[in-house]
Amino acid sequence: MLTAVIEPGGDLSTLLYVLSFSLFIVGIKQGTSPTTAKRGNMIAAVGMAIAVVTTLLLDGIGNWGVIIGGLLVGGAVGVVASIRVQMTEMPQMVALYNGVGGGAVALISWSEFRHGVGGDFPLEEFIPILFAAVIGSISFWGSNIAFAKLQDLIPTKPLAVPGQQVINAVLLVAIVGICVYLGINHGDDPSQGLFILVLVLAALLGNLVVLPIGGADMPVVISLLNAATGLSAAAAGFSLDNVALIVAGTIVGSSGTILTMEMATAMNRSVPNILFAGFGGAPAGGAGGSGEERPHRSVTAQDAAISLAYADSVVIVPGYGLAVAQAQHAVKEMADELEKRGVEVRYAIHPVAGRMPGHMNVLLAEADVPYEKLVEMEEINPDMPRTSVAVVIGANDVTNPAAENDPDSPIAGMPIIEVANAQQVIVIKRSLSPGFAGIDNDLFYLEKTAMLFDDAKKAAQEIASEVTKL
Amino acid sequence: MDLVTEFTIFVLAAFVGFEVISKVPATLHTPLMSQTNAIHGIVMLGGLIVAGYAEGALELTLAFIAIAFGAINIVGGFMVTDRMLGMFSRKKPKPADGEKGS
Repeated sequence: MLTAVIEPGGDLSTLLYVLSFSLFIVGIKQGTSPTTAKRGNMIAAVGMAIAVVTTLLLDGIGNWGVIIGGLLVGGAVGVVASIRVQMTEMPQMVALYNGVGGGAVALISWSEFRHGVGGDFPLEEFIPILFAAVIGSISFWGSNIAFAKLQDLIPTKPLAVPGQQVINAVLLVAIVGICVYLGINHGDDPSQGLFILVLVLAALLGNLVVLPIGGADMPVVISLLNAATGLSAAAAGFSLDNVALIVAGTIVGSSGTILTMEMATAMNRSVPNILFAGFGGAPAGGAGGSGEERPHRSVTAQDAAISLAYADSVVIVPGYGLAVAQAQHAVKEMADELEKRGVEVRYAIHPVAGRMPGHMNVLLAEADVPYEKLVEMEEINPDMPRTSVAVVIGANDVTNPAAENDPDSPIAGMPIIEVANAQQVIVIKRSLSPGFAGIDNDLFYLEKTAMLFDDAKKAAQEIASEVTKL
Repeated sequence: MDLVTEFTIFVLAAFVGFEVISKVPATLHTPLMSQTNAIHGIVMLGGLIVAGYAEGALELTLAFIAIAFGAINIVGGFMVTDRMLGMFSRKKPKPADGEKGS
């Protein structure tokens, strides 16, 4: 019966689907190079349009009110959200889009389940439905938690729940157990109650897996959930006998897995480590306890302007603080003023500066910072000792020397920008509070470090105007 | 399509996915993730199909939400990716501006 839904399209619909997923593959391939990425995205979008139109033309498609209503509402939300979203909020936007995708999979599975119950329900449809339901539900809730964390709706610090791993394991066993039970009894009217229970338990698992993960690891988590949603879409394709879903979902699943591993490598983290360990909750032993005030040197914008204006070379290390303060234009102005005085200004980009790989490049490009001035971490680090002043703007963990010096630190081994090697360091930050990893930064207490406590944008503007007066 | 054929397609597609992503510069990680994110919005097709045989308020509601979610995923995903990538294409260096780097 189900096959009849797709059959009327026959060869034509299959060929159109082949065309559409070929465009996806070309689109993804082009997305791996900066020169072709934009075109690649367009090509993939065209592929999607072909797939959607093909499906709408299939025989058996009905309830047009629901379809048109859903398309209009969803399309409008998508357009408005994409236009309104600030560049700084891109990462959480991606998390949200990923979440709704997972949610759609879960709901479609539920529909499929209801449709199959009572009739002939072959196991080869039943198993993918359960799989899609579980992964879709985990992805929906996990992505929402990731969104909430990035949007600061819930604390970004790792939240440790006692017995976390045990609870997760029990949930997983329960989910698998119920699925197996449903699978064995799929012939005689499997209970919808149990199916809903599976959805709920998977939702719980999605929440509990992502909640304890620190904000710094969120990009990797979102990427992983993205791959998971792809796989669940492929599973839905198996149950619906839809080749476009199978291919597109699988490709997202496998390419997303590779992408996740590359991201994790860039942060010197491993995926299992992120999922099951989080950043340790307590501050590292060697870094000194939290609480007591440690001595630091605080300066004004004028002091900072003087150090910068008479420097030979300046390296700006931008971080998420710059992004939140929308300071990219102000920082560009400051750099322009310095360059007018003959100071060499470059930007050191940590692979995960901002909240996602590539996030900082996007923001600085928006402020018209020339591409050549953005220097990657590996290239800038050897130059640090001959850098007069390193200016850290709203970055924290990616500059923490503890990653190199303190083997007990939760971020030990994470590659950092070695600003501590510069002759002088200026840190523009609103307070001494710890960053995403939730640990103290030894950099702030070095003798060569001057703290400028201010909003990144305001500080950059003040420095720029002070420099012009010199 | 029988299960074995579908499974064959699945395995081959998995290898295509692995191969197509090879050593991506960190700068493109986020846009690429966002693009693949938009592509899994393809599940909306599933929503369109189940809408066809939905009966009763619950099933119609499920189909409606699934289609809306899928449409958000697709439209938002591609548009956000395009915005991110738009920032890269505008990197024309201004030769007259400021002094040249060494």
